[in-house]
Amino acid sequence: MAFQLNNEDLGYGGDAVLRGISLTVSAGERVALVGESGAGKSTLLSVLQNRYDGNSALIPQDPGLVRNLSVFHNVYMGSLHRHSAAYNLLNLVWPRPAEVERIRPILERLGLADKLFERAGQLSGGQQQRTAICRALLQGGDAVLGDEPVSATDNHQSRIILDALTETFETVILAMHDVDLALEYSTRIIGIKDGGIALDAAAGGLKRADLDFLYRD
Amino acid sequence: MVVSTNSAPSGPRTSPVVKVSMGFVAVAMVCLVFADISITTLDPWSEMKRMAWGAVTPDFSVVAGIGMVIVRTIAFALLGVALGALGGFMLSQVFHLGPVRWACASVRAIHELFWALIFLQMLGLSPLTGVLAIAIPYAGICAKVYAELLEEADLPALRILPRGTGMVSALFFARLPEVWVHLKTYTSYRFECGLRSATVLGFVGLPTLGFHLETAFAEGNYSAAAGLLIIFYVLIATLRFWMRPKLVGFYVLAAPFLLGGGAAIDMGNIVRFLTVDIVPAPLRRGSFLDGQTWSDLGDWTWTLLMDQALPGMVTTLLLTQIALVATGIGALFLFPLISKKFFGPVARSVGHVFLVVMRSTPEFILAYIFLQLWGPSMLPAIVALSLHNGAIIGHLVGRFSDEVRLRPDSPRGLNLYGFEIVPRVYGQFLAFLFYRWEVIMRETAILGILGIATLGFFIDSALADIRLDRAMFLIAVTAAFNMGIDILSRRIRRRLRLRSQAGRA
Repeated sequence: MAFQLNNEDLGYGGDAVLRGISLTVSAGERVALVGESGAGKSTLLSVLQNRYDGNSALIPQDPGLVRNLSVFHNVYMGSLHRHSAAYNLLNLVWPRPAEVERIRPILERLGLADKLFERAGQLSGGQQQRTAICRALLQGGDAVLGDEPVSATDNHQSRIILDALTETFETVILAMHDVDLALEYSTRIIGIKDGGIALDAAAGGLKRADLDFLYRD
Repeated sequence: MVVSTNSAPSGPRTSPVVKVSMGFVAVAMVCLVFADISITTLDPWSEMKRMAWGAVTPDFSVVAGIGMVIVRTIAFALLGVALGALGGFMLSQVFHLGPVRWACASVRAIHELFWALIFLQMLGLSPLTGVLAIAIPYAGICAKVYAELLEEADLPALRILPRGTGMVSALFFARLPEVWVHLKTYTSYRFECGLRSATVLGFVGLPTLGFHLETAFAEGNYSAAAGLLIIFYVLIATLRFWMRPKLVGFYVLAAPFLLGGGAAIDMGNIVRFLTVDIVPAPLRRGSFLDGQTWSDLGDWTWTLLMDQALPGMVTTLLLTQIALVATGIGALFLFPLISKKFFGPVARSVGHVFLVVMRSTPEFILAYIFLQLWGPSMLPAIVALSLHNGAIIGHLVGRFSDEVRLRPDSPRGLNLYGFEIVPRVYGQFLAFLFYRWEVIMRETAILGILGIATLGFFIDSALADIRLDRAMFLIAVTAAFNMGIDILSRRIRRRLRLRSQAGRA
């Protein structure tokens, strides 16, 4: 199994946002975390990320970009662990053609090819989010954890992104607000409400209406 | 209408900020009683007239001959600051370690002129003396500021770095780019300070502008002195035109060849300095096993403490406290000169010129000039310190006051000053002033070289007598004293919740 929590309280400092959480996610699962904003999806994601000791890529809600560096450099950051410090520094001042060619197709797929050497701080919110996704795609690994990775993209782009993520990573855990996309792309839905897991079921047997209760007071 | 019955007792309550301010003013008044303030020159007016005449008839004929001196001054500043910034940057990466923090605090507590005096003993008048005298204290300062900048920065990319990313890669990709602009701004400010330091180092014999300035003053050639000072101001005012980011690398590479020659470094001298000269005399003479040696050392330490360190500390403290309050008063008077709230563009530009000149002139040079006028007492030092530091703080507070938003029917003139502006900028003003406290003390100690009996006076005398052991002991005392003030200042700032937004004054 890939991720496991046993009856744990999760939260920042002393204030637990989620209480008594038990959860196991096995390799190969595609999990969507759904629930109202503020329910604790981000908390759950970051705990899962910290506990995981394999290779996992993270797409935080704040895209975690270095605003003064170009899109190329921000994406390249996903491969820092593969190269020596000297080679990384060389790429910082003088991007190697081999690395540019490795990164260009990823950007092309997500419609960012023309932004290759633009500063990340000058991109729109949606473009920044896609840059962070490209970084995760380059980083690879066996799992990806994403906090609303398709919150700032239209439906067409969202599908491109979700296709790319599910192709690249064996295990996928994404917090999502779009219930239809969640049902379509995941194998398992975890609904969070009132500080706990209110729903945990295979996506196949669920309909949109089955999730409505998560968003009601 | 409901009236709260458990309100605070009636009558005005003094805020802690005002209480602390009044406390400092009271201390300064007491210090004034014990301070030696007098004009000892026989005819200060005629000297002042000659200086004023020199100021309006600047002589640039010396310039032709000293083109190389200017280049050399810049080269010293550039190399000193470059090495200091580089060393400081490396130290800032390990600044969280206690010993590193302490080492940095102690090297920056020693003024660059004292460092120069130390290295003069070790290395003689070699270019390395000047470069190290700037580089070492600046490394201590830069380490602290860089570490703070890195710590305060928001570094969102650190979260997403893949596991297994090396420290160097993480530093250059996720940390540095976020703070690069701040580092650059601070380092260029440091370079301006470095130009001042390099100039002042001329007063102890290094071949920079200060050397020629001192000669001109000593000869009473005030026109030449004015010419040199004007060149210095032009150098600082045009800094952003010739100090281009793209040229820095080239400048730094060229600088070592422009420092000029000097005495060759004698390894024997260095070894003797470190192993013999600075060892307290009783230890040098006696055997370590002899009880007499240790009781001699006790006497040596006690005598030095009571006869020199203590009187020096008392004078330093008196002068510092008076100068601190005088600086504060000066800044409160000076800041309206550049504030849009009080003056139009023409008057403001006059104010700007005055403040720029005052804050560009090192307090050491100002004190030297006033000393020529009034003779040795605390007066020249107080005026020099309060003008220079008052201009720095006045500039920062003036800029801050421009951001104050007033209601449309706000009062004008003195009422505006007293009721609207000063209450709003006072916290900032105090923060700047307390940041400056430690700087003022460091400078006060150094002014002893000019003959005022602060700690620097005793250090300078010990060096003149070639009693290096005593000099080093006194320098250590000075550093400890300075670090004490730094800690006290930080405590008061925290107690009053003063945080300067513009950062380090």
